[in-house]
Amino acid sequence: MSMYIAKSRLSYIHTNIHRTQEIVCSQIQLFNMTPKILSKDICGRSWNTARCYILDPFVSLACRKTKSEVKLLGAWPSPFVMRARIALNIKSVSYEFLEETFQPKSPLLLDSNPVYKKVPVLINQDKPICESLIIVQYVDDVWSSGPSILPSEPYDRAIARFWATYLDDKWYPTLRSVRGAKGEDDRKKLITEVGEGLTLLEDALNKTSRGKDFFGGDQIGYLDIAFGCFLGWLRVTESLTGVKLLDQVKTPCLVKWAERFCAHGAVKDVMPQTEKLVEFAKMLMAKMAASTPN
Amino acid sequence: MGEVKLIGTHQSFPCARIEWGLKIKGVEYEYLKEDLSNKSDLLIESNPVHKKVPVLIHKGKPIAESLVILEYIDETWKDNNSHSLLPQDPYERALARFWAKFIDEKCVISVWGACVAQEGEEKEKAVEGAIETLSHLEKQIKGKKFFGGEKIGYLDIVAGWLSYWLSVLEELGEIELVNAERFPCLHEWGKNFINTSPIKDCIPPREDVLAYFSFGINYVRSMAPNKA
Repeated sequence: MSMYIAKSRLSYIHTNIHRTQEIVCSQIQLFNMTPKILSKDICGRSWNTARCYILDPFVSLACRKTKSEVKLLGAWPSPFVMRARIALNIKSVSYEFLEETFQPKSPLLLDSNPVYKKVPVLINQDKPICESLIIVQYVDDVWSSGPSILPSEPYDRAIARFWATYLDDKWYPTLRSVRGAKGEDDRKKLITEVGEGLTLLEDALNKTSRGKDFFGGDQIGYLDIAFGCFLGWLRVTESLTGVKLLDQVKTPCLVKWAERFCAHGAVKDVMPQTEKLVEFAKMLMAKMAASTPN
Repeated sequence: MGEVKLIGTHQSFPCARIEWGLKIKGVEYEYLKEDLSNKSDLLIESNPVHKKVPVLIHKGKPIAESLVILEYIDETWKDNNSHSLLPQDPYERALARFWAKFIDEKCVISVWGACVAQEGEEKEKAVEGAIETLSHLEKQIKGKKFFGGEKIGYLDIVAGWLSYWLSVLEELGEIELVNAERFPCLHEWGKNFINTSPIKDCIPPREDVLAYFSFGINYVRSMAPNKA
């Protein structure tokens, strides 16, 4: 009943109180409403930047209820978790972030992802969705009124999905192996492979961006998210090996893209600091070395 | 005509997936048979990153990776035959993608591992692992005719190798994974799937699949380190 009241009150407020478009959009997201009714009011109306100081009580109660409907189970160092967070940020979705304990794995994680027992897991209205790229596509599908994450053309979508699969199946596993490489020759070989992959991605960026700032064009999209989440760990590998992987000479467009990506509003608060990641990586490596039998 | 080409080999089940998808949508295509021991310039140009089949070429533009191609087919020919491959509901769609990824990452690898493993403890463990991954699919298909519901969908196409290629692997590996006793629902689904048109129209001869897999298995076994 209160949801019904909240919706009609929201409509009343919308026509009677000036709000920034942002606040209204986030209210729409929270309600999972399509803005059909409200968009007629939005279009052509000149919005001033005045804030609404008093939230209608029914609306704010409904907001508080719907806020916890979206939860993300994750871990701060995980690039895969970052993908889900960026997608939710792009869509201005309010969600509760639950930092996973891991040792031991929480009952929530084991219940919501019994197959892999891994983060991220998005829980929307009690339904769990697993696997980062699947979560990103789900977020794009559900919150369809927000900016699009996947390109609109089927061919461009296929190219974005192809490169995202390449990143997960080939490139990132190679990057990870660099840290655990046995011997200098092995390390050099892996670093060369990482570099070759970056050359392919430089070429992909030039083709898909069509001269714009991101793989997705003017705005960050699916492939920006799929690749950009690895930038932190790429820098960790550079720091630990002393080798510059993202290189001004070989991959100049990727270097500029990386700066723009990390500075983006949907990214900057969820990209972990490289120093923290380096510490975390060293801790992991020490643990692995301690548990490896002689 | 001439607008859609598929580079593939009939014995390969990822290539069969694409044929099934195209036929279900009623899309006409030209099949360009690839000799994987002597890769064509067209394949290398169309898929320079992996140099693998299948590759779909539509209006001159190549798309690689079977799961990516299936989604492309579904989106491009979305009104054809009113037959959507992926579910309409976002959550159901996410689930279909999840299980498709699981099949390619876990099932294929565990089944192959069980098949290739040599007799002994290693093989027993590999067979147990394969059965465990397949048990997830048994749960998913329970109570349904197809993974897609009443009609064949994306997940049926991705899992389709279980209805035919699996039995060849079981024979070569001297193992039994899916049978009516252990996985009754999956077994029933397999029989329904392989006997439905247009699926049954693009099944390669069994001896070709046998030859294709034998070669692979013998190669892998020959590379395994000798055990003292």
